Amino acid sequence: MSVTTTNSNNASSAASGANSPSQVIVREKEAIRSWKAPISFAVFAALGVVLFWILGRDAVSNFRLSTDTDVIQLASVDLPTQLTGIVISLALILITAYSFWLSVVKRPTPIWVVTVYGVLFMVGFLTWAGAGESILVPGLLLGAVGLSIPLIFGAMGGIISERVGVVNIAIEGQLLAGAFVSAVVASVTGNAYLGLIAAMAAGMLVSFVLATFSIKYLVDQVIVGVVLNVLVLGLTSFFYSSILTENSSLLNSPPRFDRIEIPLLSQIPIVGPVLFRQTLIVYLMYIIVAVVAYALVKTKWGLRLRSVGEHPQAADTVGINVYMTRFWNVSLAGAIAGIGGAYFTLGSVGSFQKDMTAGAGFIALAAVIFGRWDPIRALLAALLFGFATNLQSVLAIIGSPVPSEFMLMLPYVVTIIAVAGFVGKVRGPAASGKPYIKG
Amino acid sequence: MASLPASFLGPYAQVSNSFFAPRHTQSRLRPMKLELRGITKRFGTLTANDHIDLVVQPGEIHALLGENGAGKSTLMNVLYGLYQADEGQILLDDVVQYFSGPGDAMLAGIGMVHQHFMLIPVFTVAENVMLGHESTTFGGRLNLAAARDKVRTISARFGFDVDPDALVGDLPVGIQQRVEIIKALSLDAQVLIFDEPTAVLTPQETDELMAIMRQLREAGTAIVFITHKLREVREVADKITVIRLGAVVGEADPAATNEELATMMVGREVELTVHKAPAKPGAASFVVQNLTVLDAHGNRVVNNVSFEVHIGEILCIAGVQGNGQTELAEAIMGLEPHTQGVIELNGESLRGRSVRHILDEGVGYVPEDRSHDGLVGEFTIAENLMLDRANGAPFVKAGSLQLKHLAEFATITSKEFDIRSQGILSKASELSGGNQQKVVLARELSRELKFFLAAQPTRGIDVGSIEFVHKRIVATRDAGVPVIVVSTELDEVTALADRIAVMYRGSIVGIVPGDTPRQVLGLMMAGEVPAEVVA
Repeated sequence: MSVTTTNSNNASSAASGANSPSQVIVREKEAIRSWKAPISFAVFAALGVVLFWILGRDAVSNFRLSTDTDVIQLASVDLPTQLTGIVISLALILITAYSFWLSVVKRPTPIWVVTVYGVLFMVGFLTWAGAGESILVPGLLLGAVGLSIPLIFGAMGGIISERVGVVNIAIEGQLLAGAFVSAVVASVTGNAYLGLIAAMAAGMLVSFVLATFSIKYLVDQVIVGVVLNVLVLGLTSFFYSSILTENSSLLNSPPRFDRIEIPLLSQIPIVGPVLFRQTLIVYLMYIIVAVVAYALVKTKWGLRLRSVGEHPQAADTVGINVYMTRFWNVSLAGAIAGIGGAYFTLGSVGSFQKDMTAGAGFIALAAVIFGRWDPIRALLAALLFGFATNLQSVLAIIGSPVPSEFMLMLPYVVTIIAVAGFVGKVRGPAASGKPYIKG
Repeated sequence: MASLPASFLGPYAQVSNSFFAPRHTQSRLRPMKLELRGITKRFGTLTANDHIDLVVQPGEIHALLGENGAGKSTLMNVLYGLYQADEGQILLDDVVQYFSGPGDAMLAGIGMVHQHFMLIPVFTVAENVMLGHESTTFGGRLNLAAARDKVRTISARFGFDVDPDALVGDLPVGIQQRVEIIKALSLDAQVLIFDEPTAVLTPQETDELMAIMRQLREAGTAIVFITHKLREVREVADKITVIRLGAVVGEADPAATNEELATMMVGREVELTVHKAPAKPGAASFVVQNLTVLDAHGNRVVNNVSFEVHIGEILCIAGVQGNGQTELAEAIMGLEPHTQGVIELNGESLRGRSVRHILDEGVGYVPEDRSHDGLVGEFTIAENLMLDRANGAPFVKAGSLQLKHLAEFATITSKEFDIRSQGILSKASELSGGNQQKVVLARELSRELKFFLAAQPTRGIDVGSIEFVHKRIVATRDAGVPVIVVSTELDEVTALADRIAVMYRGSIVGIVPGDTPRQVLGLMMAGEVPAEVVA
């Protein structure tokens, strides 16, 4: 018998595999060259060279690291604007070259390189933009965290919902409903805690509609979500202009949560006041993120939730009620997003404004995807987006040379670059967005 | 209360017992008899199961033999609680059972090894086994240690060698099936249903599965073995019940011949062997050299593959599902973005060309998933017959469809290819699998072909249609076209092939003559090159 054996080494590895059958399949892997990272780096390095070096300004940028009330006072840092710009530009070029080399040898650019690059660029940008001015670093960070809170709650809601298999486009609606209802309830009762609970109920109510239509009536989840966003926006705007504005002292002046200072922890330089001199809602956020991150992986609840989002039929065949699991977890997701809504009114602004979420729900959705459906990564993504948003307003105040209209784009540009440039194709929960039909 | 006979409690037996014992630790180690009485299940006007009776004794392997679409899987889904029967009863040890879902069936001691595994690829083996019956420690934390122990205990009992911490998606299919078995056994199942368990296995793995089934039988488990493969039935079954069109045709003796079983199953005399004259191979007109295909993650799904197909011969690509055959076929058709190497037809390179160009070169293609890639379900038969010819004469002139011409063509072709339907304007999705495949075949073969590639041409279709498809493939070969048939069915491979290339993990293990014994092919499908082949 004749044979053309093409690949003998593969056959021999297979033969050894046959002896221990549970051996994991290891296919020969070949890297696919990706130019995404180096090209993105090159664009920003070029931008850096032009801004920080060629258009570099001869001044001194001052960074203050402590507020006046801090116990431990750190000295402020003075950086010569142009020299710092040149040094950072060179560093950016070096990293870009390194990334190009990695791509040539078909290796991916590691995430820490991206992080270092991002931080360097940011320092360079702040130095350049703040030439001759003084930037309060804890203030910058505090604002960033503040703007991230609703994004984080929204992202947690998105993660729970998507991992149980229902695409949650309605985060925006859940945030807005939470903001509106918490403002009204807290104003009428004079109790911020009741407002918070009402916000959770409101977010849950939006979820009920999403869950009922998408799980029971199999309506396209994306369409229901979009419609819900429009519906909530319309309803809250209508009630705001027809009722709230006329009785604002009764209906739209809720008490706000007080800042609670955590002893010792709040004394840590720079991060202490940012993280541990916050309102109840922020501390609630820490707890929820930690609990979700732990419970998704380690508990019965998480295992069942994920199984329903990955392979609902398999869950069904071991006696898990797919519909109920989806319904109640989507509701839970709505309640969590509702807390994020309450932060707008009870945690920061102090009253309800028309369309006050302004797209935060969609940025939260981006954080879910950028964070690859993982609570901790989504938290970091939301912080990044919050930072970008705050940077824009800080720079507008100190008078940056960049036109303010341009700066307004910053958070969205960061979102697009993050999601499109560095996430690429990721694998979400396998059954997310697919209605389950029994049998 | 616990001493009351279960029959006294009737449907509440399970409920009341669960007050006294934790749900899945109820002692059920006593073997059980399964009986189905007059099970009827209708979907709209279609009667999928028509008064089916079945008795399976403990310690018996009872084969349920029937064609695709005969209603075997529906019956088992009724038994497993996924569907509720319209009429009839399920009895375990002569006690009537009421299953509102699979959870009830499992509690009653029924386990199922599904045809499409009910496993979550991103979970570990232990997580999959515990799912739905999780034991937890403080604060709802999963007790993974207990699950691991359970997997190890059952593995040891049956010699499975399954790592409880491996991700299921990384395991070979044969091992995944064992995880399914462990899952059922972890709940002390005394009735075990195997739904087409060998469809995804190599012949060796099939033998191992049969050994496992015998081992379970010795332990007193009642086994229902659903299949359409005659060979396996005769090898392992103690009793055979044949069903056709949703009704029981009768019982058959395991000593019956293949022909007798096939006649019972199909309802008429069938031709099990393909008649073909010896091949008269001509020039090697289709050549693949050092072809490598990478998937989106950079895995070498096809690894440095070389072969040639001669005019007037059928080259079968054999192998267990998922060893790169799909990607190889798609690479030939220009559907894979990352390919390296040479694909040539009559000296002209096809690699990197558009699908349109490849079709215009005279390549005919039957994709393996006909309802997804082969047809547009919402289109009529006539429209499906011209899908790939919508860019010019004769069906399109000046941008508009030539409906009259199309109708004539569709009528003639339907007759020629024996497409049974309400007419050429019926939707493709309304046809049976066999007739759908004939539509695909008709479209591809009614062009002037220089090369023909058929992937899984008879998957999931009835025996009559299989006969027809095989005849047409052989006729295509005899008309002087080089043919590749990709198939995971060893019977089909040995029936059609003039030469056989066996794929394993993306590579071709070897190319052997068409009359190579099954055992040798089986070893090759597991990646081994038997000595007599290399010689």
